[in-house]
Amino acid sequence: MPSNQQHIQHLYLRAGFGLQPEQLPAALQMPIQKHVEAIFSDSKSYQPINLLNDNELKVIKLLFTDKEERKELVMDALNRGRELNLLWMRQMAESKAGLREKMTLFWHGHFATRTLNAFFAQLQNNLIREKALGKFGDLLMSISKDPAMLQFLNNQQNKKNSPNENFAREVMELFTLGRGNYTETDIKEAARAFTGWGFNQQGEFVFRQFFHDTDLKTFMGKRGNWGGEDIIRMILDKRETAIFIIRKIYRYFVNDTPDEGIIGELANSFYESEYEIGKLMQQIFTADWFYSPKNIGSRIKAPVEYITQFRRQFGLQFEPENALLFIQKLLGQVVFYPPNVAGWAEGKNWIDSSTLMVRTLLPFSIMREIELPVEAKDDGDVNTEFLAQRNFRKLKATANWDALSKIASGSSEKEILEQLAAYLLQNKLSDANKQLILKNTPTTNREAAVQFISLSLASLPEYQLC
Amino acid sequence: MASRRHFIKQSSLAAAGTMMIPAFLKAFEAQALSPDDKILVVIQLSGGNDGLNTVIPYRNDIYYRERQTIAIAANDALKISDELALNPAMEKFRRLYDDGLVSIVNSVGYPNPDRSHFRSMDIWHTASNSDEYLTTGWLGRYLDSQCNGICQSHQAIELDDTLSLALKGHHVKALALQAPKKLYQAVHSPVYENIAKYGKPAEDSHENVAYLYKTMAETISSADYIYQKSGIKNSYTDYPDSPFAKRLKTVAELINGGAQTRVYYVSLSGFDTHVRQNQQQTRLLTEYSEAVYAFMQHLKSMGKQQHVAVLTFSEFGRRLAQNASNGTDHGAANCLFLIGASLKKTGVFNPAPDLNNLDNGDLKYQIDFRSIYTNLVQDWLKADIAAVLGRNFEPIRLV
Repeated sequence: MPSNQQHIQHLYLRAGFGLQPEQLPAALQMPIQKHVEAIFSDSKSYQPINLLNDNELKVIKLLFTDKEERKELVMDALNRGRELNLLWMRQMAESKAGLREKMTLFWHGHFATRTLNAFFAQLQNNLIREKALGKFGDLLMSISKDPAMLQFLNNQQNKKNSPNENFAREVMELFTLGRGNYTETDIKEAARAFTGWGFNQQGEFVFRQFFHDTDLKTFMGKRGNWGGEDIIRMILDKRETAIFIIRKIYRYFVNDTPDEGIIGELANSFYESEYEIGKLMQQIFTADWFYSPKNIGSRIKAPVEYITQFRRQFGLQFEPENALLFIQKLLGQVVFYPPNVAGWAEGKNWIDSSTLMVRTLLPFSIMREIELPVEAKDDGDVNTEFLAQRNFRKLKATANWDALSKIASGSSEKEILEQLAAYLLQNKLSDANKQLILKNTPTTNREAAVQFISLSLASLPEYQLC
Repeated sequence: MASRRHFIKQSSLAAAGTMMIPAFLKAFEAQALSPDDKILVVIQLSGGNDGLNTVIPYRNDIYYRERQTIAIAANDALKISDELALNPAMEKFRRLYDDGLVSIVNSVGYPNPDRSHFRSMDIWHTASNSDEYLTTGWLGRYLDSQCNGICQSHQAIELDDTLSLALKGHHVKALALQAPKKLYQAVHSPVYENIAKYGKPAEDSHENVAYLYKTMAETISSADYIYQKSGIKNSYTDYPDSPFAKRLKTVAELINGGAQTRVYYVSLSGFDTHVRQNQQQTRLLTEYSEAVYAFMQHLKSMGKQQHVAVLTFSEFGRRLAQNASNGTDHGAANCLFLIGASLKKTGVFNPAPDLNNLDNGDLKYQIDFRSIYTNLVQDWLKADIAAVLGRNFEPIRLV
């Protein structure tokens, strides 16, 4: 059976990005219920990402400038996009509001959007962060009026005389109801209701009345002069929306193998609560089944979770930080660059011969400055070329070994191994693995042993799970 | 408790698996390719190759009108028919064409084309509709369909360090390697080798732990197998000096070594020619054409030209009208090549694109790329098309 420590770590790994070693001793003294309360109270307030302030709207002009100036702006936007990625990665690793950042990552994959405009990207990211634990309906409504989304799913081009169905389709297929719960007619009619929804140069939502189709529409069998808000309201009225969202949340936060019984119950209370996300997450984190052995240590860490937990557990500082872009690319998840509007495929999709090798070799590579034997793929798009840059290959980081040393207080190497394994792994370590590590552990001094053992544990398949 | 016992069973099986590497190797050998087995090589031109400056409609006034500074002059182009000519950089490719080894298919695409690189590439990789999102690729699902008890990743190999979506199946994913020796060295670096060979999951760990150990064990045995197969050299060495050519040479060596790999995947990137296109495209098409020529000669020297089909595609073509930076922007339908000595019809397969009949300034598709996939999966790889594409497309008979 998983220990009390595994239970507490399970909560922090799923509801955030894990405990730092400094937090562990005190955390072990507190009951789970108190931890859940603390996690929610730490996420009450949060830090928006502020790379680009409101006065710095230069990039917005992208769409409206001449060729030469445009080229410069594109380059600038790309640089800012890179910085934005790293800023959020840092915030995930350092923020006290771990739950809010984790939910932001979840919704970022759910409402997956790509934009070259870093200001739009930041706006959307902060919007998601603000509403991540509120009512799903509010989040959905805001996202539907968000400039990055309107641009990405072509609603700027959705006009009365030439409707564009892209947003109407995806909002139902991927954001709310899921396939099979609407018809092609519903899509056509919803698209008409969203005509005229657009944005201005400042990145603000505008309703352009003259592009809006004011005729009667029939959506889900109901006839009326519907606008976009009505469509969203009617989508939320359908229980299928609650079930669709809950299944995705369950697979992300609890277990990739869905449990239909639990999903049904959660969906009912989610629907009855009018889609209160915070309440739902509280219900999950306080449920007995959340801590059942089959859920603990079952999740294949998404690359961003893997990197972020690694940074927190080891107190890693990358020099230069750009290396993190390269690692994200090699492992298949770059924040702000989802593969498509359906977001990242989770679970075993993260693992192939190459990604698992990178994860295996990474811990020793970054600490011993050994070049990774892999290059990133150039996907041919001039706008994302920078991710494949070769000069990131030499990875270098420093770790906070003192903090790890403190939780590995044992006097023998065997004790140190047990203590570090209990902290870094959510699955038990086999005797074979213990022997394998101990056999190679340097006995020169304590510090060397702590370093070798920690890095060895972080190289294991067990470390890929949380 | 039943599920707990299930986990235990799963993980002890996998633990045994890590000890059985020689048995794996034996199983590989037992399933070596039979002489009739066909091999598919896919070449991806990443970035959206400009098909109209690759296969040039040199008698078409509209082409010259819309491309004042970047059109290829009729005198420079390498004529292959009354209507069409190849880019002057494709001298070597033209030789293959003249030898009857090439089929050029015009206007290939799909309904409701997407002009974003990553989305359109996604569609080509997964063979989805443009409003559908799949998490597995067409060649990955081909691998799944070949999985009779033993799923083997190296039945398909991508010549790159990381794996493309096209080669990820539900149960099997292809092996990614830039060079056999490089992967061999990586998996035999102390950390990887120790874990893969001697590491074991604890008895009551989650089934995913066992899955990861199994993946590592399979990678190391596949890497050993492929490294061994790549070591059987033959004398052909006349390849140009480029990374792309090097990868094709590796493919040829593995074929020569008798590796039981049915699908190879190689990419050449840089075709996103928004600015000063001709310079860039000339360089890339030269690299492509010379490498493919060398590859085909290499196959010939080992008597394997009949056993290999090479598919070349790009995620989209480019707009008919050039832009103001002497380049072209993202378009839709495009030409595609099939190369090999077993083609049913060689030469230009279908009429040149109709430049009078455009969709928002872009070529309209006449042939759905999935009809070509259907032909290749069904008639070349002899696999069950329903399992791979999940639906029926009328195949076009290229092979």
